Formats: sequence, structure tokens, C-alpha cells
Amino acid sequence: MSGAMKLALLVPLAPLAGAIVAGLFGRVIGRTWSHRVTIAGVAVAFAASCAIFNQVLGGASIEGTVYTWLVSGGVNFEIGFLIDRLTALMMVVVTFVSLMVHVYTIGYMADDPGYQRFFAYIALFTFSMLMLVMANNFLQLFFGWEAVGLVSYLLIGFWYKRPSATYANLKAFLVNRVGDFGFILGVGLVLAFFGSLDYATVFAAAPGKTGATIEILPGAQWALLSVICICLFIGAMGKSAQFPLHVWLPDSMEGPTPISALIHAATMVTAGIFMVARMSPLFELSDAALSFVLAIGAITSFFMALIALVQYDIKRVVAYSTLSHLGYMTMALGASAYSAAMFHLMTHAFFKAVLFLGAGSVIVALHHEQDMRRMGGLRRYMPITYATVLIGALANAGFPPFAGFFSKDSIIEALHAAQRPGAGFAYALAVAGVFVGALYSFRLVFFAFHGKERFDATHHGHGGHVHGHDGDGHGHGGGAPHESPWVITVPLALLALPSIAAGWTIGSVLYGSFFGGAIVVAPEHTWIGTLARDFHGVWPMMTHALTTAPFWLAMAGLATAWYLYIARPDLPGVIRNRLGIVTRILERKYGFDDFNDWFFAGGARAVGTGLWKGGDVAVIDGVLVNGSARLVGLIARIVRRFQTGFIYNYAFTMFIGLLALLSVWLWLWRDALPR
Amino acid sequence: MQAEIYWLSLAIWVPVLAGLGVMATGDDRNAHIARPLALTGALLGLAVTLPLYTGFDVGTAEMQFVEFAPWVERFNINYHLGVDGISVVFILLNSFVTVLVVLAGWEVIRTRVSQYLAAFLIMSGLMNGVFASLDAILFYVFFEANLIPMYLVIGVWGGPNRVYAALKFFLYTLLGSLLFLVALIYLYNHAGGSFAIVDFWRLPLSMAAQVMLFLAFFAAFSVKVPMWPVHTWLPDAHVEAPTGGSAVLAAIMLKLGAYGFIRFSLPILPDASVALSGFMITLSLVAVAYIGLVALVQADMKKLIAYSSIAHMGFVTLGFFMFNDGRLIPIAIEGALVQMISHGFVSAALFLCVGVMYDRVHSRMIADYGGVANTMPKFAALMMLFAMANAGLPGTSGFVGEFMVIMGAVSHSFWIAFVAATTLITGAAYTLWMYKRVIFGEIANRHVAELADANRRELLVLGLLAAAVLAMGVYPKPFTDVMHSSVEALVKHVAVSKL
Repeated sequence: MSGAMKLALLVPLAPLAGAIVAGLFGRVIGRTWSHRVTIAGVAVAFAASCAIFNQVLGGASIEGTVYTWLVSGGVNFEIGFLIDRLTALMMVVVTFVSLMVHVYTIGYMADDPGYQRFFAYIALFTFSMLMLVMANNFLQLFFGWEAVGLVSYLLIGFWYKRPSATYANLKAFLVNRVGDFGFILGVGLVLAFFGSLDYATVFAAAPGKTGATIEILPGAQWALLSVICICLFIGAMGKSAQFPLHVWLPDSMEGPTPISALIHAATMVTAGIFMVARMSPLFELSDAALSFVLAIGAITSFFMALIALVQYDIKRVVAYSTLSHLGYMTMALGASAYSAAMFHLMTHAFFKAVLFLGAGSVIVALHHEQDMRRMGGLRRYMPITYATVLIGALANAGFPPFAGFFSKDSIIEALHAAQRPGAGFAYALAVAGVFVGALYSFRLVFFAFHGKERFDATHHGHGGHVHGHDGDGHGHGGGAPHESPWVITVPLALLALPSIAAGWTIGSVLYGSFFGGAIVVAPEHTWIGTLARDFHGVWPMMTHALTTAPFWLAMAGLATAWYLYIARPDLPGVIRNRLGIVTRILERKYGFDDFNDWFFAGGARAVGTGLWKGGDVAVIDGVLVNGSARLVGLIARIVRRFQTGFIYNYAFTMFIGLLALLSVWLWLWRDALPR
Repeated sequence: MQAEIYWLSLAIWVPVLAGLGVMATGDDRNAHIARPLALTGALLGLAVTLPLYTGFDVGTAEMQFVEFAPWVERFNINYHLGVDGISVVFILLNSFVTVLVVLAGWEVIRTRVSQYLAAFLIMSGLMNGVFASLDAILFYVFFEANLIPMYLVIGVWGGPNRVYAALKFFLYTLLGSLLFLVALIYLYNHAGGSFAIVDFWRLPLSMAAQVMLFLAFFAAFSVKVPMWPVHTWLPDAHVEAPTGGSAVLAAIMLKLGAYGFIRFSLPILPDASVALSGFMITLSLVAVAYIGLVALVQADMKKLIAYSSIAHMGFVTLGFFMFNDGRLIPIAIEGALVQMISHGFVSAALFLCVGVMYDRVHSRMIADYGGVANTMPKFAALMMLFAMANAGLPGTSGFVGEFMVIMGAVSHSFWIAFVAATTLITGAAYTLWMYKRVIFGEIANRHVAELADANRRELLVLGLLAAAVLAMGVYPKPFTDVMHSSVEALVKHVAVSKL
């Protein structure tokens, strides 16, 4: 194994070691050492990732096998790494955000009895996510894919006493499994038609399969690559919470806030985006699949943003915002602008982590109050949190010069340039979404940090019904909220910096040849390339933006938010009532949850009960098994009557029997008898 | 080749003799002797199977560790033993599980201790006999003989409805086997007076004969697996059986049926297997889909796991009977075998988990629990692992077999793979929903509040299984390496028509 591979191996193994130590021996080593050991593991991973990033920038991508997992049917299934620029970027983002979240957790979870367990989980998550992004084959991708799902499940249900948390984590796991169901079929098709699960082999052979078809429905020949790509993308829809598999993400907010930032904003939910970008050599060969991706992304980005407008729970606003942004990334993928999707993935990871962690800071300060109706005016008490959240909101809404502007604007431009069925639809929703995005972002800022102070300053400790902390260790006796400790504010500040500045790298990351051969775009799809020709630097891009619709829509969103929540705070209620039906639809989240609960969860139980009671109990056991036993009994009861013990009965029976036998015999051989 | 040391005989008779020895300790006054003696016997039984692994030549599909001695010369019935890469793993699995089962019953079983432990040891030896037999009558004798100890285990140490369950179990499985015996006698006559299984493999048979024989074999093996619709004895047997009985039943005894398919049906009746593969696939898919939904609505944990076993065994029979152009799919066959081993670990572990709770609360009903994680955190963590393995999470053994069978199924037919892959959803749904209701939440009642976490013995048993589940999930290659040559030979053999 080469030195580079050894270094690469260190990246996932260091957090894994931390997770094992904190998970198995957390009680023995105590709280402080648990966080030390996991933070050390993640810090090592971050440092090694940076070193690898540096190497990869130098031109060398690292590829190699770690070990052979299985050999069967002549196929080698391996665990191995492929680290090119795409992977290296993900590694740095994942380990950096993870490290920040680890530090932040010291403050956020300080009083939680499950402290060690929490650190073990997030370190395990970091390991799993790294295995996912570093994979050089579909099998390991799926391994990481499911492993992050497992940790997400464990963390959403971290406060396992809360019924809402255990409902949410089961829901998240099952909805993700629906996606995985599609994904594994896609992997199966890849294996069946390519004979290998290695990226390199499959990507090299893919252009030769463009003419291949598969008959899924009798008589209908579908392009093989389209079927494979759509199956794989169904997996991405689960993991990256795309319509209609988005339903789990808002509920995942039941988990502690640090993991909402790490898993449900910055990293895990972007796994689907990363996967499609990684598979660009396949997706590029299927226009049908990419149009599908485009449509799904467009629907998700716009309609989920609308729901954010009616949410009062601060975390849920950010969650719906995440859904919307994942939709933007998905649209970018659909427009063959993979690099734009990855760029937005990176900037979004920073500013959305800021928003979540900022929200968490507020939640801690208000003793686990999440309802924005009981916040307001907090900027005076929490200046650092306010500043960072403001930065996050500006980036989220896409204002220059913040990071979100560059990535979001590039996606919109790419959609504008794209010549693919569905691109026009996506472009329209993407532009409209800019207004909504600015509106909900600043609704949050104004609601929570400006205006009247609506929080209850005499609020005592924790209402056990609202959250899951067992111990009331805060020891607050009410009083005004105050700024969070440094373990919370420092990560916030460190994440706020790239939320401002990460966009400035657009020239090299997006419009340069940063991704090199990692992302393949067919010559006829290089719409993002045409944008690159029009790109003349960061400043011209910003000044040009001032003349475009998205900027003014964002300004309009900001102004509307100001008008509604600062100037005329009485208006939202009026609008709400005026638009009764629309509000209700949004508050019911378009009815997906109700439908799923009724149709899928209820339906499966009803069918299961029917099959059990009707099939197993009534027919198989009732009629066949016990029925045959009863039949034997019945026959025995009848036959028993002949066993009377009286000789004349037996003689009579013999006589009848003889007569019957003779008759049958005579009848059967009637032709053979002499006449 | 004849073995120098009779390892297979040792694998069979060491546990049986140990069992007799344990029984000789007499009544419960000597339970303190019976327990360590049984453990020693089980460990010794495991020890004598280890040379089967270390001395096994993975490069050949020939039978190894062969032993041969005449038994009933009048009918040419022989004491003929030998293993290949398919059977050897199950002898190891069986001996391993026996140790755990002896440990699991340690202080839990308080009545007729020596007989209880003896039953398991004897059963273990007899099941090794099934996997080691190369003579059809010898196979049949072992196959039927291990019904007796299991019948007694359920009937004596079982729950309130144990007599119904034991009788149902016995009659169900016995009825199927009788047709199997008739089929063997037909083959004996046809083969010119030989009961050697290997001779049967080479026997040319007409299609009509093959189909009839296939159905006779099917009657015996499908009940044991069990396949839908002859599965209804299993939930009853599991519910009434004591914990150890359930663990052995699920971990090993169900594998006897599947093993029968791969040892008898496929190689002896290749043409009928191809012709009836649609029938077998359909029943397997019904088991996966139908039983998955039935498992979802069970209120009794043991019943739920029993149904889950049926669904998981559906993957095994599915993997066995998929043909592409008359050839078996190697990855599906190996996947099915891996699934059999994995299910041995996972189902045993889940039944033992239920046992741990049952010993404390004396209820198997999901509704009687809730919030167990509060009082039994270590146990909850282990059970989480097994639940995830049951749901087929990558990194656990449960994933490997399902993954391989699904991969094989896609190459056979997209829709078969589609139905099979629904287990990703249903398997997770029934397992994790149960886990949620039992383990998560606030402490539900006084019983849960009084629970003591798993003790050292329980942690040892579950920990060993956890290690096995993880090892097989992270690195399954050693398991499949053992099988390769034999599976390849099987695939080649079945591809040749006997008509």
C-alpha cells in the first residue's frame, strides 16, 4: 500500500477509532476524554484531508484497493478509495464541518446524560460519510450510504424517550429505505450489464452501452442507462430528501441541533448530490434521466421553500430551507452543471451549518425554546450569534458578496442556458424561489432577533415535555438570555467566514478546470462552459448581478420580510386569514404526511393483518392444517361406529363388503366375463 | 480419500455422548454438575469441528474427511460421511450455536436441567450428522432423529400451548419426510441398489420421474425451510419453545430443509429444477413479500421474529432456484448459503434477546414493554445491532446474503429482483418498529422499571454473536472462499441435463 493510500486510510479510521473508544468505553473514560478522543480523531482526519487535498491539487488522484470484501460469481467486490478533486473537496468539507460541530457539541450537549454516546455517534457518522465519498465502487458507496442512514437514525432518535423523536427516526429510516430500494436495483443493473461495480470499469464501458435497451414492461424497450440512472437517482431522492421522498427531513429536526447542522444540512443530505456528480459519466448518457432529475429538483426547491414561510419552529424553517437548497443542487445536476451543484453543496454546507448552529445557540439561550413566536429582539442579547445568523441568512438568500450568491446565481444561469426538456420549468421555479428564499430567511432573522421581546424572561429551566433532556443542569433561574459560551460561538464564527468568502473561489472551482476528469460533461451539454466564457471575475459578476432579476427578487423578498415582520407585524396574521386555504395547504405540508400515514403505513398494516388473519390463520391453519386434523377425527368418529364388538355386526359388515367388492369387480371386468 | 482421524464422527458423536453423560447426572439436585459438564461437552464438540475448517482444502469440490463403513449390508446402506464446501460451514455454525445455547440456558432452566441440556447436545450431534451424511438412509435417519429432541424440548420446557405446538411441529415435518423416504427407495432401485447420494447425482432420470421425485423432496424440505404455505407450524413452535429451542430451531434446524434442496433436489433432479424453478421462485417471493407484511402486524415478539425468519429463508430458496439459460447463478447460490449462515447468527441472537427480556418480565408481548433502553442500555445497544442486521444493514452479516441474492436476481429478471428488494423496506419496518415499541420511549410500566441490565453471561453470549455478525458483514470473503469450488461444481453439474 502506497504512502498516499495509508494517509487516505487514516482519514476514515481516525474518527472510527474515536467512535469506538467513546462508544464502548465512554463510561470508563468519562465525558471530557470522550470528547477529546473523538475531536482528536476528527482533527486528524481534517488535517489528513487537507494534506490529501493539497496532493490532489498537485494533479495526482489517489486510487487503490484496501481489501477484497468478497469474490463471487467471478466478480471482485472491493473496499477501496478513489480520491480525485471531487472527493478531496468533499473530504475537506465533511471533516471541517464535522470538527466544528464536535467542538460546538461540547457546549450544546453539556448537560445531556447521553454526552459520550452523542460523541460516539457523530464520530461514527464522520467515518461513514468519509467511506461514502472516498469509495471507488458502488458497493462501498452503498455501505457508506446505509451507514450514514444508520447514524442519522440513531441521532434523530437520540432522545429516545420522546415519542416524536422515535417516530421521526423510524420514518427517516423507512423513507430512506424506499430510496435505497431503487438504489440497490440500480446497482444490480450495473453489475448485471457491466460485470463490475468499480467506477473506473463501469464509466469506461458506459459509452458503449448507449444503445443498449432493457425490457422492463413487456413490449417497451427502455434505454438501459436511463433505467440505471433513474434507479440510482431514486436513492438520491431518499438521501437528499427530494420530492416525494422529502417527508423525513423536517421531522428529523427532532434530533439535537448539532446533528441537524452536520447531517441534515451540511453533509449526509448532500450525499445524493455528490453521488449523481460522481456518476456524471453515466448520467450524461441519459437525457431522460437528467430531465427527470431537473423536474424533481425544481418541484422540491420551490414548493418546499413555500412551506418554510408558515413554519414557526426556528429549526423547521431552516429545514425547509435546506430542502429548497437541495432542490437547487438537484436542478443543477439535471442541467449537467455538476460542478455548480458541487459548488453550491460546498457553500451551502457552510452557511446552512451557520444557520442551524446559530438557531441552536438561540435555543440553548432560551432554555430549549424553538418557537419563534416566543423569541424576538435577541440581537441585543446575543450579538455574535446574531451577526453569524445574519451572515448565514444573507448567504442563504443569495446576496452578493456572500457565498450563496455565487453558487445559487450560477445554478440559475446554468438553468437559463440549458437546452433540455424541463429546463424552462426549472428556471422559472428557480427564479421565483429566490424571492421566497429571501423572504423566509429574513422572516427568521426579523422574527427571532428583531422586534418585540416575546420570550418569557422568568421562564424556568426546562419543560420536560418540550425536549428530551433528563437532567436540568443549566441551573438558570430565568433572567435575560445571554450569549453562548466560546465553544459555541467560535465554531459559529469559523463557519461564518467561509459563508462569506467561499464564493470568491468561484473562478477556480466552478469556472476553472478544478474538477478535471472527475466530472464528465458531454460536449453538447456544456452549458456551464458557456457561462465560464462570460465570467470575468468576482467583481464583474457581482456588479452584473445588480442588473438581473434574481438580485432584485431577493431584495424584494428582504423588503417584504421587513415590511411584514418589522414595519407591520400585524399584517402576517391578516394575510394568513385571507389566504385561508393556501395557508392550510402549506401548514399541512401539501398533505404528504397524512397521505403516507394513511396509505402506506396504514395500508401495510391492514394488508398484513388481512394476510395473517385471512391467509395464515383462517385458510392455511383453519382449513388445511386443523381442517385435515378435524377430517381425520370425523372419519374416525364414523368408522368407530362399526367397531361395536358384536359378532353379528361384523358378519353383516363382511357380507355388505363382500357384496360391494363383488359388484365392483364384476362391473370392472364386465367385458372379460363369459356371456 | 479416507480420513486419518475420524473428525466427522467425532463431530457427531462427541456431543451425543456428552449429552448422554449429562443425562446420567440425574435429577435437578445435580444440576450444578450437569451445567459445567454440558458446557464442556459443547466446547469439546466445537473443538473437534475446528480441524474441519483448518484442514479443509478449498481448492477442490471433492468430498473431504470421508469415512466409510458398511452398516446394513443387506440393503447396501453404509455409514458414509464426508463434507464439501457447502456442508462444512453448517457443521461449524451448528457447533458454535450449541455452545451459546448451553450458556443461554444456564440459570434460566431450573427444572429437568440435565435432560434439557442433554437434548441440545444430542440434537447438535444429530444435526451434524445430517450435514455430514453421504448415504441417503443415514441422512434420513439423522434428519428424522433430530425431530425427537426438539419435540421434547418444546413439549416439556415450552409455554402454555406447548403440546399443540409440539404435535403440530412433529406431524407437519414427519408427513413431509415420508414422501422423501419413498423417493429415496425409488432412487435406490433405480440406481441398482445404492443409497450413495453421489450415485444419485449421476443417475439419468426421465422428466416425469424427476418431477415426481422433486415434489416428494419438496414435501420434506419445504416444510423444514419452511416455505409458504407450509410455514404455519413455525410461529407456533417458536412461540411455545423455550429460548434455546427457538434459537436452535431458527439457527440450524431450518437450514436442514434448505440444505436438502441443494444436496438432493438440484443435483439429482436438474431438469425438474429448471422446469419447476418458476414455482419455487414464486413461493419464495410470496415468502418475502407476504410474510414480510404479516410480520409487521405481530404483537408477539417471538412470532414476529419467526415470521421474519420465513421471509429471510425465502431469500435462500430464491437464490437456489434462479437459472439463466439453464445455469444456476453462482452469486445467488453463494448468497443464499451466506444468508443461511447469517440468519443462523441473527435469528439466534434475536431469539436470545427476547429470551433475556422474557426471563425478567415473563412476557413476549410487545405491548408489555416500552422504554427498555432506560433500564438496560447495554442490552439495548446489542439488540440494536441485531435488529439492524435483521434489516440487512451493510456492515452486518444480514446484508451480505441479501445483497448477493438481489444482485443475482437482477441478472435473472428485473421484476423478481424488484419484489425481493422490497425486503429492504418491509424488513426494516417490522424489525425497527418492534424495536421502537420495545426499547425506546419512557419506561412503560413497573416491570420495565425493575429490569436489570444484561448480566455477564448474557453479554458474553450476545457479544459473541455480535462479533460474528460484524465479522461476516465486514469481511465475508473467508466464508465464501470455502464454498467456491463446491458451488462451481454444483453449477456445472446442474447445467448438464439428465434426460
